[in-house]
Amino acid sequence: MAINVWKYASPQTFYPLAGRLVPWFFALAAVLGVVGLYIGFFVAPTDFQQGESYRIIFVHVPAAWMSMFLYIVMAGWCAVGMVFNTRLSFMMALAIAPTGAMFTFVALWTGSLWGKPTWGTWWVWDARLTSELILLFLYIGFMSLHAAIDDVRRADRAAGLLALVGAINVPIIYFSVKWWNTLHQGASVSLSRSPSMASTMLTAMLLMSLAAWMYAIAVSFLRVRAIILERESGSDWVRGLGSAAA
Amino acid sequence: MNWGSAQAFFAMGGYAFYVWGAYGVAAACILVELLVLSRRRRTLERDLSRKDADGSSGQT
Amino acid sequence: MNTLGLAPALATIVRRDLILALRRRSDVLTTFFFFVIVVSLFPLGVGPEPAMLRTIAPGVVWVAALLASMLALGRLFASDFSDGTLEQLVLSPQPLVLLVMAKVLAHWLVTGLPLVLIAPALGLQFDLPAPALGVMTTALLLGTPCLSLIGAIGAALTLGVRGADALLAVLVLPLYIPVLIFGAGAVSASAAGMAVTGHLSLLGAFLLIALVLGPLAAAAALRIALE
Repeated sequence: MAINVWKYASPQTFYPLAGRLVPWFFALAAVLGVVGLYIGFFVAPTDFQQGESYRIIFVHVPAAWMSMFLYIVMAGWCAVGMVFNTRLSFMMALAIAPTGAMFTFVALWTGSLWGKPTWGTWWVWDARLTSELILLFLYIGFMSLHAAIDDVRRADRAAGLLALVGAINVPIIYFSVKWWNTLHQGASVSLSRSPSMASTMLTAMLLMSLAAWMYAIAVSFLRVRAIILERESGSDWVRGLGSAAA
Repeated sequence: MNWGSAQAFFAMGGYAFYVWGAYGVAAACILVELLVLSRRRRTLERDLSRKDADGSSGQT
Repeated sequence: MNTLGLAPALATIVRRDLILALRRRSDVLTTFFFFVIVVSLFPLGVGPEPAMLRTIAPGVVWVAALLASMLALGRLFASDFSDGTLEQLVLSPQPLVLLVMAKVLAHWLVTGLPLVLIAPALGLQFDLPAPALGVMTTALLLGTPCLSLIGAIGAALTLGVRGADALLAVLVLPLYIPVLIFGAGAVSASAAGMAVTGHLSLLGAFLLIALVLGPLAAAAALRIALE
């Protein structure tokens, strides 16, 4: 049986599919999160240098990874939309952006709270935190540009182009900031763990990252369903839903 | 098990403010995101059912 | 009807934009004076102590250049957009990428180049040594065209959008950061007696990338804005 990949490129067919999948992704996120936190707090040992404060990595690192991963996915959907002219792709990118920005903010906040007991200041200008800050600006730029343009089609494409320009720039920005950081701080003050991380810590971090990923998918699907309803509100199938919901 | 008592767990070796501050804000962000989304959804459902109820396309 | 050859078309655009800019000299001069004023604000804010001023000078001059560049971007496409010239440019047989490049060149000549020329005088205010002033000029000469080329993308994306100026800042300043880091870094290195070839080479590389990709993205953005 040939699979027609384009079938779910239509908002009308994707809408119910996403609706069915959302609970599963939330369930996965919850299970992985509970197990990850359990291992992180009750199995992983105390860190020799940082004491208990290091346990922040179980939320900081997954948030940081997801913030970067989601930006790439978002830019990817923008590229698909621009190449294939599929409006659902742009809706998906728009649905991902707020969650990506949220994870970026969490990464910055938790990074700050980790930096304070470890290095004494509320903000550490290390390469990765600074790059996270710039990534937050890129997310905000994407959402602001889209919101500022009234014509939805133009907004989708303009923000899409911006996302792609940003994606190309992210490695350049990261490299520049990394260089800038080593020059100005000398000895590396980094929030990365030393290579000899206990395997339990790594396991917990990976589980939390997977949990974050499942959560991001669930929330993005929820949001894209809302966007689909908003944009397609004039169409018959949405009106049919309305009478069913009433 | 790492913790001798529930008290030790909440104290986090003296780093309670930082650890729970971090996790607390992360949890709050997730909660806010879900709340905002559900409010958006409820508004949409209300608008859609209202649209259908008065039989028009919603435009004046 | 004759179609204009490519080179004459580009020359026409550059000449036209320069003439228009010179007619509205106040626009050009405000960018210039903005740059000068912003640079002068910093000593007033942080104190006149020479050693500290020497340390912050590269960063201050560069940030001011970024801001001045960004302020000027609003004018790159706006007036042509409002009077319909931009549509004609997009519809013309010449490649839009090159037409955009010509516009950016004209724009840089009136907004970026003056900054490059006055920067050494401002550097003197901060007591930077002479070699560092030379490096600053070179770095700005390489960097300000980058700023115009990258900024053109933002200007094209925000054409006719409400609140375009503030939005432009949000979009474009993060993309300016690599140029800032290596531009200011070059001047700091020179002031500290270290080698600057690395920084300047990277700035040159950024300029080449911006020359190729900037007008490409800006042309795509113009098409999106005008369709």
